[in-house]
Amino acid sequence: MRGLADIYATLFRTDLALQLQYRAEMVIWLINRIVEALVFLSVWSAVARSQGGQVGGFSSADFAAYYITMMMMGHLTFTWFMFEFEYRVRSGAFSPLLLQPLHPIHRDIAINIAYKFLTLTVMLPTMGLMVWIFDPAFDPPAWAVWASIPVVLLAFLMRLFVEWALALVALWTTRTAAANQIYFAALLFFSGQMAPLSLLPGWLQTLAAMLPFRWMLAFPTELLLGRLTPADVLWGVAAQVTWLFLSWGLLALVWSRGLRRYSAVGS
Amino acid sequence: MNYLRLLWIFLRVSAMNELAYRANFWVQLLQSLLNLGVALAGLAVIFSHTEELGGWRPAELVALLGVFFLMSGLIGALIQPSMQRFMEDVRMGTLDFTLTKPEDAQVLVSIGETRIWKLLDAVQGTALIAVALVEIGMRTGLAHAAGFALTLAAGAAIVYSFWLVLATTTFWFIKVENILVIFQAVYRAGMYPVTIYPRWLRMAMTFLVPVAFAVTVPSEALVGRLTPEVLAGSVAMAAGMLVGSRAFWLWGVRRYSGASA
Repeated sequence: MRGLADIYATLFRTDLALQLQYRAEMVIWLINRIVEALVFLSVWSAVARSQGGQVGGFSSADFAAYYITMMMMGHLTFTWFMFEFEYRVRSGAFSPLLLQPLHPIHRDIAINIAYKFLTLTVMLPTMGLMVWIFDPAFDPPAWAVWASIPVVLLAFLMRLFVEWALALVALWTTRTAAANQIYFAALLFFSGQMAPLSLLPGWLQTLAAMLPFRWMLAFPTELLLGRLTPADVLWGVAAQVTWLFLSWGLLALVWSRGLRRYSAVGS
Repeated sequence: MNYLRLLWIFLRVSAMNELAYRANFWVQLLQSLLNLGVALAGLAVIFSHTEELGGWRPAELVALLGVFFLMSGLIGALIQPSMQRFMEDVRMGTLDFTLTKPEDAQVLVSIGETRIWKLLDAVQGTALIAVALVEIGMRTGLAHAAGFALTLAAGAAIVYSFWLVLATTTFWFIKVENILVIFQAVYRAGMYPVTIYPRWLRMAMTFLVPVAFAVTVPSEALVGRLTPEVLAGSVAMAAGMLVGSRAFWLWGVRRYSGASA
């Protein structure tokens, strides 16, 4: 365990230095995330206005709180491996990673956290600005704020495992764009990004309850908005832990199968 | 006329290049259909709670979505690939080969590369527009069609000039590709009418990144709510930006000293 901690400390240091060189790339993800939050926030505020101020228990100020929180949750939990793996495999850059006596996922986790640590310097002021502009109704109970720490951590790990497994699709085919797009379409609807889940039609809500996506984003967001009871939260954490084990199993399976499939470029 | 012939030759060459990769057609088709499905499902969710969004009824928003996809197809197939190729050429030094050719360099750069499969988006957009027009039950006349064609052409010209100006800054800065990704992020916001956005954002989407002229204005023409002022503004903006971007381009080329200097 101590060995792994040392490795992470070293990786963080090098990754922070590395990422600072690519400041422009860092900003791209941020812009996309901020624009997306602004779009859905504006759409649903317009809907609320046309319905006399409220729709499905959400006023404009509630939507503002929802999407500003959702933006932060998206930022804290997202990964980008699935866009990188195709290049890694095609260019052969994956091979040296395999030679190191360290599972490549650790390197990816370290760089992901280093990136988020750095970009919080942009994200937090942006959030502040949006709070100032949109005046959200944001008043969570103290226990919810504390409970959100393990909940966000679990959500992050869930996404990490699922999305790393998705990225490994590149070991079978180097045309991964379509697979990624399907994943993000599902995430858009079932994680509460497109609309709060309670605003979806009934059959979509049923589907969302059976899928892992809601535990990645909607659950932490609703928790921080004070829309959940303590019992809801306990159930939610249980669901998150269950999905975490399932996704870990999926990742382990895909990894062992994929490695046998992989024959480096040039061999 | 000469330029049209040139454009045709370039298109044919890129088409032949791409026809070698047929599987890409199916991947692009799948991606286009997915995009369409996601967008329509989104509208369905929104309109299950309201009858109109920012003053637009469902069928009118489908028309707007059609214009959005049509414009994305044109940008993705014709404008963006050429501009990206141009920026790569500046970085690699291969732009010199273009500059030494006898034709106008701006024309050569602007038609340098096309990705024809992206036109699937445009086909899809046109189909959406047709469906929406039938649904709205609008009687289409000559003035109506002309208004739409004019605003669409103006929108395309504005987007083209915008890209050209940004791409031209490559002569000074090396990594402007990232600025262009910002365009794509903001462009996606054009999937909804700009009237729903707060004032400052609407201003930014009209003048900073011209999404409003590219999508909302042609859609207004399509559903018959175009005012003469907006039409005039759109055409004037297009003319101004075409002239301005041309001047900026010429200035940039004059400053450019080639790869080896």
